[in-house]
Amino acid sequence: MEITLSPLSKTFSKTFLDSLYAVKEGDRIRTCLQCGTCSGVCPFGYIMKYPPGKMIGALRSDFFDHVIKADSVWMCVSCYACTEFCPSDIPITAALMTRAKEEMLLAGNIPSELQSALENTQRYGNPMGESPRKRSDWTTGISPEVNILGKTRQPVEVLWFVGDYASYHPRMIPATKALAKILNALGIKFGILGPDEFSDGDSQRLAGERGLFEMMVQKNGQAFRKFKFNEIITTDPHAFNALKNEYPTLGVSYPVKHYTQFLAERLDQLKPLLKNEVKAKIAYHDPCYLGRANGVFDEPRALLSAIPGLELVEMSHQRTNSLCCGGGGGGMWLDGFQWEKAHTRLSEWRVREAVAVGADILSVACPYEPPRFEDAVKTIQEAGQLKVREIAELLAESMSI
Amino acid sequence: MKIIVPVKFVPDLVEELTIDSNGTALDTAWLRLIINEFDDHAVEQAILLKERGGGQVVVSTIESEGADDFLFTAAAKGADQLIKLTGDFTGINNHALARAYAALLKEQNPDLVLTGVQAHNDLDGSLGPLLAEYLGMPYVGYVSGLAPAAGSVVVRKEYPGGLIAEVEVKLPAVLGIQAAEQPPRYIAYSKIRQVMGTAKIEDRPVAGLDLEGGVTVGRMFLPEATEKATMLDGDANAVADRIIAIFKEAGGL
Repeated sequence: MEITLSPLSKTFSKTFLDSLYAVKEGDRIRTCLQCGTCSGVCPFGYIMKYPPGKMIGALRSDFFDHVIKADSVWMCVSCYACTEFCPSDIPITAALMTRAKEEMLLAGNIPSELQSALENTQRYGNPMGESPRKRSDWTTGISPEVNILGKTRQPVEVLWFVGDYASYHPRMIPATKALAKILNALGIKFGILGPDEFSDGDSQRLAGERGLFEMMVQKNGQAFRKFKFNEIITTDPHAFNALKNEYPTLGVSYPVKHYTQFLAERLDQLKPLLKNEVKAKIAYHDPCYLGRANGVFDEPRALLSAIPGLELVEMSHQRTNSLCCGGGGGGMWLDGFQWEKAHTRLSEWRVREAVAVGADILSVACPYEPPRFEDAVKTIQEAGQLKVREIAELLAESMSI
Repeated sequence: MKIIVPVKFVPDLVEELTIDSNGTALDTAWLRLIINEFDDHAVEQAILLKERGGGQVVVSTIESEGADDFLFTAAAKGADQLIKLTGDFTGINNHALARAYAALLKEQNPDLVLTGVQAHNDLDGSLGPLLAEYLGMPYVGYVSGLAPAAGSVVVRKEYPGGLIAEVEVKLPAVLGIQAAEQPPRYIAYSKIRQVMGTAKIEDRPVAGLDLEGGVTVGRMFLPEATEKATMLDGDANAVADRIIAIFKEAGGL
């Protein structure tokens, strides 16, 4: 990595700092104590040339050019751990890390894996480069048939924003089908956007592609306006976070819940349907954008605890201190890059924690996680027979649907 | 140096391809077009040359869905001039496309014409050699890098078996780009949006297509299943025994 000790442009650090003040609560960066908590709690802080605390130090020393020249900010998985534990309440993830990634992107310093995910999002409306026409193909075989709003134009109670990975990823499709069956079993009048749905764009935003995110908001906003519904539910915590916190700032505002919240509200109706025992010790992994970023910790646990036979155990990282699966903030599309730097994956670390508490099943509530953790299980010898299951899959299993 | 990149759009293979009712062409109703991947590399190589040694880059394509977005993206990368050929391009082949581009290129008088070395729908040969013929310029294909010299360029040409040759080509010339010296760059969408407000696309009407020299497709069809495969059913051990027996019979074991 190039390092020179020649005098550096003062303007860049200054302009960058000014741009942070423009972010909500961004001026709290002035209150940084340089305590290093952020860098210590960051799951990849030990590998970054400039972890968050050092980045702020570099900003104050008019040294930020070096941070942008180094590529360590691409190790950031936008997991909010730094923000959560910052004693000065600095919005490190939302302001510092995201703005830094935006600068990297504008400068063209972007790993190729991430580039193709962003190009795919721009062209196909999903980061995997799947055909937009096939977005609702997963609904095949569900009975009663899933209501695709563009086709039926019927008003519904609930608009289910299925999301990219839940719609397309072969490992996630069984979980998506399970949730459709649960909603049907509860008699919920729901519909999906199908081909009218675009990526929520939140992980792209956190990977520095603000413009692309705005494009997605515009397209999804247009789709929402076409149909009648009372509220939105999401499979993906990232979509939940975007619809709850980011879309309203761009004029697209609807009541939104994560599906675990929605089902937990109907626990009385759900409980009698949970007939089959699931005899297993289960560890629940708090997704960053459900838990830490949005405070939803209890509902997923309430759903799991309602399943007969199941014993819920807690891993060492849990709730606000949960450990990212590695997929956030663009991490989903930086696997090779991050592996080259770290020679380990956060998902592997997490799987080891599940094994350490004697779990038979690692349960999750985010569509990034089943493929990530299942891959990790394959590479961790001691993981043995550990299974990775979406909460919806476990509920459907107990309901025999 | 003036560099022109004539770009071709091709069917996007992410979408299912269907064959039209005549059974001789793709059904265009469901077709979605995308820039030919090699042409994307040709654009990148042109921008790299401009960044290295100055000069002017002209990017041109024919009217289609996505053509404007592509041209604006090229401008955001650094292209100076954007030209869109307009008209009826139904049934176009590479001979007709090369003639349409040749007319434009003669007026533009470039030093270098960069094309993608091939496209997956090149039924009647690739565009580069045809262009070179109509323009009376030399052509070198499978190029993966080049350096300008006085009145010429030295190109790296790829040969099978991992061989690479350095070839000096007198300008003006047409080159078929196999790969740019670096992968096509990413342009933040906010930059493309900015360019949309400022860059201008020049429309250039094409009067009629001369399809002469193209191929006539007799029949277009998806791969057809034949009866040559035998499916073995039963439990794994029985199937394994049967496979071993078949291999022995065939002399493979």
